[in-house]
Amino acid sequence: MNLSLLLEMSASTLEDRPAVTSGSRTLSYAQLDAAARRCAAKFLSMGATGVVYCGTNDASFPIAVFGAAYAGLPFIPLNYRLGEEQLQPLVEANLGAVIIAETAKVPGADPAMVVLRSTLLDAEFSTAADVELPAFVDPEDVAIVLYTSGTSGTPKAALLRHRHLTAYVIGTVEFAGADPEQAALVTVPPYHIAGLANLLSNMYSGRRIVYLESFDAQVWLDTIRNERITQAMVVPTMLARVVQLLDGSPAGAPSLATLSYGGARMPLPVLEQALELFVGTGFVNAYGLTETSSTIALLGPEDHDAAFAGDPVAKVRLGSVGKVLPGIEVEVRDEDGSVLPVGEPGLVFLRGEQVSGEYESGSVVDAEGWFPTKDRGWIDQDDYLFIEGRADDTIIRGGENIAPAEIEDVLRRHEAIIDAAVVGIPDDEWGQQIAAVVVMRPGASVSVDELHDYCQLHLRSSKTPYRIEFRDELPHTPTGKLLRREVLADLLG
Amino acid sequence: MDIKAGSRLACPECSVELVVVRPPSSPVALTCGGVEVVEAAADRPGGGHADASGDGTLVGKRYADEDSGIEVLCAKPGPGTLAADGREVPIKGAKPLPSSD
Repeated sequence: MNLSLLLEMSASTLEDRPAVTSGSRTLSYAQLDAAARRCAAKFLSMGATGVVYCGTNDASFPIAVFGAAYAGLPFIPLNYRLGEEQLQPLVEANLGAVIIAETAKVPGADPAMVVLRSTLLDAEFSTAADVELPAFVDPEDVAIVLYTSGTSGTPKAALLRHRHLTAYVIGTVEFAGADPEQAALVTVPPYHIAGLANLLSNMYSGRRIVYLESFDAQVWLDTIRNERITQAMVVPTMLARVVQLLDGSPAGAPSLATLSYGGARMPLPVLEQALELFVGTGFVNAYGLTETSSTIALLGPEDHDAAFAGDPVAKVRLGSVGKVLPGIEVEVRDEDGSVLPVGEPGLVFLRGEQVSGEYESGSVVDAEGWFPTKDRGWIDQDDYLFIEGRADDTIIRGGENIAPAEIEDVLRRHEAIIDAAVVGIPDDEWGQQIAAVVVMRPGASVSVDELHDYCQLHLRSSKTPYRIEFRDELPHTPTGKLLRREVLADLLG
Repeated sequence: MDIKAGSRLACPECSVELVVVRPPSSPVALTCGGVEVVEAAADRPGGGHADASGDGTLVGKRYADEDSGIEVLCAKPGPGTLAADGREVPIKGAKPLPSSD
């Protein structure tokens, strides 16, 4: 199995059904497939060893992804917003690859290998290339190289082989299972695993993808209404902006059957408001990592509905990531590697066909196939998985393990607070002390003492922040992951 | 014939095309409408099956034979029905999940 087969099957079965829309242009499955094959031939005629994509989210993205797959070349999406200093080493690490970019000048690139993104959509592109595409692409070959967002340091190149990604798609998506009128709105960036997994799943299911080049809450809502979007995926910061824009009025998006979210931890207050405003929409929480070919656990619409209806157990589970997908195994272990019983928090390990756990520097999967996610979490008696956050972010205060997310959730529930970050700062007596940095809602007012009392009321005293500071905003990655190390550096600096 | 993961197989007599998801753990004769499948690039005379009994093979469905371990995905449908050493190969059930992406 390789990625190009996913599109090939849809193209031969669905033919003229619309596959992808960006702006005023829509390509059918057959047109997308033809464009991808033309690009594959062009890439091979250029002698490329890979396909770097350094551009925005539009129809040229699927053409490049499947073009790379047809050519049997790894696809390497980079964040086109990176500054020259960060982009250049990534470009230089992939010399020999064709670079699809927004402008002809890319720092560190061989000009002969740069292709303007806009030209991928030209029917004339590469028609001169008389190259035969490989008849067999080994499922063991690397399909996608993704630089992980690196909330804790320098980005690492994660490798996903064709077999990992196709296992995910054929194991979770029914081929051509979407009705012809279904359409998915995509705003997650092309260099994120969610953007790639989303593309593959939607193309295999026969659903049209509508791309927005950048996220704007009003444009997002307008597009759902105008394009009659049935499926959408957002990261928490996007949903927070939509909820803020709606300001208590209904979303007015009756076509939206499913709204899925993931990429970072969703603040509960945002989710609860969204559930109220999106009437008739089913919510799905998807948890996964780059190294697991995206989603490995889901909290489905029924769980969200039950929580919204007030079921106390379901309300607790709204803070979980749901149950793992069929074919995925999960274990929670302590620091010594012993498997922990139900309900006890520890390190989360995963195993399954879609799990790669491999980087350019080597694999971190153990002999039995288990991948250490480095997330801390626990499983309840009905197999719901709760993720507390990154193990590296855990605060150890006087020997007690404290998950920052729990304290952040409490702070975000305060009416004057819109965002919060909790970190551990070095302390001679306790090892670490809890510090909180909060962002006040515009026009609101609250004092440090008031917040302190509020935390003591809602948290055990050992979890009450010792230090609380105000900032105008907090540092996040493009997908909404909080950059705690920057918060910490700011506090210590 | 070497059946490895990712290999493309085809029925010589009908339109069925398959992709190997999991190779067999022991040698097996995979047939479509009673005729042994061939590599997709091989000569395919076509003409249809003399015996077209069975449900045929459906595009996008996975077919898995427990005894030999072989699992294939149907990339192109056809009237021929798959069998492994004469045993009909059942569709591997997949529970559709709510759309997460």
